[in-house]
Amino acid sequence: MSAPSNPSTNPSRNPGTEREAHANGAPAGQHVFAATAREGASLRRQQAIRGLFLLTTMLLVLPVLAILGKLAIEGGPALTWEFFTEEPRNGMKDGGIFPALVGTIWLTAGALGVAVPLGVAAAIYLSEYARDNWLTRTINLAIVNLAGVPSIVHALFGVGAFVHFMAFGTSILAASCTLAVMTLPVVIVSTRESLQAVPRAFREACWSLGATRWQTIWRVVLPNSGSGILTGVILVVSRAVGETAPIMFTGAAFFVPFLPQSVFDQTMALSLHLYNVSTQVNLDDQHKHLPFAVALTLILVVLAMNALAIWFRMKLRGRKKW
Amino acid sequence: MVIPPPLPSATSRPTDGSAPTLLAVSGLSIRYGEKVALQGVDLDVRQNEIFGLIGPANAGKTSFLRALNRMDEFVPGMQVDGTITFAGRDVRTIRNLYALRRHIGVVFPLPVGLPLSIYDNVALAPRLRGVRKRAELDEIVQRCLTRAALWDEVKDRLKNLGSLLSGGQQQRLTIARALSQDPELLLLDEFSIAVDPVTTMRIEEVLKELRHELTIVLVTNLVQQARRLADRTAFFLGGRCVEIGSTEELFNGGAKDQRTIDYLEGRFG
Repeated sequence: MSAPSNPSTNPSRNPGTEREAHANGAPAGQHVFAATAREGASLRRQQAIRGLFLLTTMLLVLPVLAILGKLAIEGGPALTWEFFTEEPRNGMKDGGIFPALVGTIWLTAGALGVAVPLGVAAAIYLSEYARDNWLTRTINLAIVNLAGVPSIVHALFGVGAFVHFMAFGTSILAASCTLAVMTLPVVIVSTRESLQAVPRAFREACWSLGATRWQTIWRVVLPNSGSGILTGVILVVSRAVGETAPIMFTGAAFFVPFLPQSVFDQTMALSLHLYNVSTQVNLDDQHKHLPFAVALTLILVVLAMNALAIWFRMKLRGRKKW
Repeated sequence: MVIPPPLPSATSRPTDGSAPTLLAVSGLSIRYGEKVALQGVDLDVRQNEIFGLIGPANAGKTSFLRALNRMDEFVPGMQVDGTITFAGRDVRTIRNLYALRRHIGVVFPLPVGLPLSIYDNVALAPRLRGVRKRAELDEIVQRCLTRAALWDEVKDRLKNLGSLLSGGQQQRLTIARALSQDPELLLLDEFSIAVDPVTTMRIEEVLKELRHELTIVLVTNLVQQARRLADRTAFFLGGRCVEIGSTEELFNGGAKDQRTIDYLEGRFG
């Protein structure tokens, strides 16, 4: 910045500023802390920028409040015990959403059951075993690309791979597998990040005791990355509950008059049900609240599952100290 | 495959009456890609001695230690050439590296208390080699913590997390952990840089005791620490071993190389 030898560009050395500071009643010796014109300007600029960023952040919160508010006002009154526990009747207009609620839980659990073991295993390989070579780079590229594939394309892949090729039929199993393929990149990336967050020194200490890589992973790395892995699981749950396209060709149906008995049954699902009651059913004024109620339920299911995972993660994190 | 514990016959006994050689290094060179870290190092470490390794940063001291217990396996691009003979076996030909590492304990510069309880930190190595009986583990934990001069401070809170101990306590915990694998060779890499002087002195006392049972390679950048502890000292500079000699000789004007004399007298480094 300004060279001390040049007093005109170094206002703190300016005798005028010193006199001013004394005149303002600042105790002697403190005048060096008085803001110069330049410091004042940068302080004001910094305040303005802080305000701007705060405003932008608040704008983010607005849609969330608007969505939740609208849903709660329009759909809230319709959330009765019967709504959750009864089957739809009268061409979807009356009754409840019980089969869809159950179906969504089946589909989500199935997707988790497939995606989490596969994703965690892949992440452990990539983080702990893989060396930096063309194979690893190809795998990483594939993961990034898999994450970028639109969900409708995953749906068509699911029809080809699981419904027809694996002969699962349109079933919970096929839909869960499709959801799992779609969410795998999320599990892999978040798990890999949390494994990488475990300090390398811990691994080296363990290796130097004569532990194998697997003993090190099992005893030191995994116990300390559980909370991060759960973060990935939370994201998977949120996506699996909400996705419509991948399940609508592979296992979710417009209306199924019974609850799924096995993973080879078709099922209703909340997200598809929301689509159906919004677009496929003629609703009179009396039933206008129905889509809102379904949407609110959908969000509540996501929040409930997230809350569960976050609670679990906090329990794990309480143990993590270094 | 398990390498047997080294027998006295496996180590070569020199004719001059000094202790047999436990570790023989010859023509050791270490490269990281293009960068040469160590070049043409020859040295012997004898049984039950403390072998001091001094030298400024980038002298190749830590790389040297890494090569000894084959931790180079975990460093991509680290290339080790030359022979390292430990207990009569070339470590490059040992396929069961886990057994090799169990015979060589390591203490790192910064204390690494694993995020396990104090008890589990020390019991980790015995458990890895299959000790399951509680009584046996209890005995090992108490013995190792006692030898590391930590038992009295932690005996009432063995269930607490090891990573929450103070720096000096964690470093003694690390030593206890290294001892729990019953090593023949203990490598210490600048163990005192994160430890206060009082604790450093306590650990030094511990090391003097341990000399009767095992062999120690002590890397330090405190010249006086080498003087206090080491039987023999090697001076590393810029990836080369400049001089090896008995500590008494080196520090009492016996150093032959001008660079060693300058370093010992604090004129550079």
